[in-house]
This record gives sequence, structure tokens and C-alpha cells, in this order.
Amino acid sequence: MWRDAALVAGRDLRVELRSRVTTNQVAPFSVLVLILFAFALDPDRQLLERLASGLYWTAVLLAALLAISRSAAIDEADGVRDALRLSGLDPAGVFVGKAAAVAAVLLGLEVLLGVGVVVLYGVELAGAGLVVLAGVAATVAVAATGTLYGALVSGLRVRETLLPLLLLPVLAPVLIGATRAFEAALAGVPADGWPWCGLLAGLAILYSVAGALAYGTLLEGS
Amino acid sequence: MEPVVHLRAAVALLGRFPALAGIDLDVARGEIVLLRGPNGAGKTTVLRACAGLVPVVRGEAIVLGHDLRRDPRPVRRRVGLLGHDTGLFDDLTVVDNVRFWGRACGADPAEIAAAMALVGLDGRLRDVSVGRLSAGQRRRTSLACLLARRPELWLLDEPHAGLDHETRDQLDVLIGQAVEQGATVLLASHELDRAESLAHRVVELAGGTTVALPTHASGVSQAEVPASRTPEQEAPAPSSPEVTHVA
Repeated sequence: MWRDAALVAGRDLRVELRSRVTTNQVAPFSVLVLILFAFALDPDRQLLERLASGLYWTAVLLAALLAISRSAAIDEADGVRDALRLSGLDPAGVFVGKAAAVAAVLLGLEVLLGVGVVVLYGVELAGAGLVVLAGVAATVAVAATGTLYGALVSGLRVRETLLPLLLLPVLAPVLIGATRAFEAALAGVPADGWPWCGLLAGLAILYSVAGALAYGTLLEGS
Repeated sequence: MEPVVHLRAAVALLGRFPALAGIDLDVARGEIVLLRGPNGAGKTTVLRACAGLVPVVRGEAIVLGHDLRRDPRPVRRRVGLLGHDTGLFDDLTVVDNVRFWGRACGADPAEIAAAMALVGLDGRLRDVSVGRLSAGQRRRTSLACLLARRPELWLLDEPHAGLDHETRDQLDVLIGQAVEQGATVLLASHELDRAESLAHRVVELAGGTTVALPTHASGVSQAEVPASRTPEQEAPAPSSPEVTHVA
């Protein structure tokens, strides 16, 4: 399974590097979202700083929708899904590989957005350990869920609009957990954030296991 | 010897539509069998069913010794399907594509390089993005992916479509060589002159629901192919394959 996962993750990341969709479209879009939040709330700088965690994760989720759609589209093109079924690749490996590639892209975007939050919202970084761990756990949860739902809507004509409708409600607990953990870290009270980090880790494991188990069925059914 | 493909009264549905309704077909190891028939006759569905991509819901469907109705997955890795869709990633180069699908099927780097060389993709096209290739070059890339996986059963849907004359000849030679090495070929084509000269036997499909069949009952098998034929002779040789017509 791990060999297959590495193979698929390498392919998806190579496609991203060659197509430059993430660097030329998704990254500018996510920064633009941060800027729009800043425009909307600019008169009250304190409010912007207080809401920074929530705005940051909202921007991450919006960017994730694009990254996930892009990841799903790779396997929709020109008979790729049939070729995957014929390849003998372990479906769980395909899932893990695709989720890992999405997670890698999201981590890059999160770093970029983190810089944006510091620069635009005047946030001072604190509680680095909690921020990193909660960020990684939330990213894994988003990537795993997104990969699973991307496969679920694959092949449907309305997949672009259906994906956010299905995915965002499922990701609501991740948004809440990540926001609370970041708020606690940035407020200098990381002890309040660790339970939320635990929740995020649990969600990441739950979604990853569910995705690995269900992906084969979705691959066959689509 | 057990046939590589054994379909008896096999029924396959595409949605609710019976794309195959009681097809009978046997293909022996080393045979090249041409499926012939008008559009909608079920040729592509037969190939996809044999690959385990279209579920057979009734009848018998045994390919490479595995019951497709029970579990098609053991068959899939052992077949190679060259269909209308290429299964390629436009943003990746030719070598990236062949390497990915080759490695997915357990091919080593030498086998992957050999597959590319066989279809002439080891030159300047090697590092070109697939999205920039012509239809024929894309077809050759798909063929390289198929060769890299070294399938036991080749399922070829309009294999000559989009290829130039030279590459068509080359493909026929490759098919002949694969058969010499023990592979079996089931192909569907509208280019009858070329395909019939390549095939040992022709099976006529009609109406999308029935097939004519008998295979071994009519005595056609690899035994009819002279052992001394070289792939070069075998490919474009003007042989007269046995034709089984549908009633």
C-alpha cells in the first residue's frame, strides 16, 4: 500500500508542479480572500486581529476546495479511472497518495496564508508547537475528507457545485477545532488549545481510516 | 487447454441497457480474435467485460482462469486494454506517463525503457508533455503503457485508429511478437482489411445483443497458425481467418 501511495502522491505533485495551478491560481486566490477580509474589517483593526484564526481557517478551507477539485480532476481525465482500476494499485494506497499530495499542497498554502495573516492582520505568533500540531492534524483531516468526497462526486456533471455543498458541513468540526486551537495558541494560553488539537487528531485518524476503507468502493462505483 | 476467455450466455448491463445479452465466446491462448460488427454491436463492451470493467450479471465469464462474476480484480492486472480513452495525464511528459503506469503494474525501469523504445518514444518525444502530442502520438504513448505492463491478454479497441501507416505496421508486428511470446489478443476494429489479415479468427457481433460464436467447436485454435510464422510474416500476412457469422 505504501509503495502505491508514494507512486500516486509523486504523480499528483508532479502534475501540480507542471501545471502550476496551485502557484498561479489557488495561492493568489487564497491571498485575495485574506485581503478581502482585511478590506471588510479594516476600520476595526482589533476585530481583525481577534478574528484572525477564524478568517485564516476559512481562507484555508476555500483554498482547499480548489485544491481538492484539482486533485479529483486528475483522475477524471480521459480514461484514467479505468486505467487505475486495471493497474492493480491498492485503492487504499491510491487514497493515501492522493490525500498526501493534497495535504502537501495545503501545508504550502497554509504557510503562505500564515505570512499573510501576520502581515495583513498584525497578528503576533505564539504557541508555535500547538499551531504546528493543530495545523498538521487539521490539514490531514481536510485532505482525507476532501479526497474521499472528491471521489464521491467524480464523474457527476454538477461535481464542482456539489463538492462544497457536501464537504463543507463535514469539515465544520475541523474548522471549529482548528480555530479554537489557534486562538488559544495566539492568546498565549496553549493549555486551552490542546483538547482541540486532540479533537483534530481524532478527526484526522477517523477520516483517513474511513477514506482508505471506502475509496475502493468509490473507485468501482464511479 | 483452458481458454483464456470463456463467456457463456454472458449478460452485461450498461445502466439498464443490456449491452451484452447472452454472448458466447471462447478464445484460446495465443489466438488473435477479431470482433467484427456495426456500431453498437457490443464489441467495446465485450472487451471491457473481459477486462473486468463492465460487470457480467448473468451467465459464465471466466478470463485467465478467474471468474469475473465473483471477483474481477485478479484479472485486471493481467490484461492490457487499449481503448478509445488514452488514460494519460496531459500535464505529464511521455516518459512520466509510461513510467507511472509501468511502475503501477510492477514493471522495472528496463522494461519501461524497452516499451518506449518499441514504439519509438525514446527520442525527442520522450520529454514532451502529452497535452502537446498529436492523437497518433498519444495513441503510441498508450501503447507503450500497455507494453510496459506485459499483459497476458491484449484487449484492443480500434487499435489502428489515429496511427500513421508505419506505426500501424509496427503495431501489427508487436501484436505478432506478443502472441509468439504467449499472449492472447482480442481486438475490435472497423479497419477490416488490416484486422482480418492479422486475426486467426473473426467473430461477428450483431444487434448489440447476440454473438456468434463457436470457437473450439469450429476447430479454430492456435494449432491453425503455422508455428514457423515469424511475427513479420504473421502481422500483415494475407491470411483468411475463419469467420463465424451471427444468425
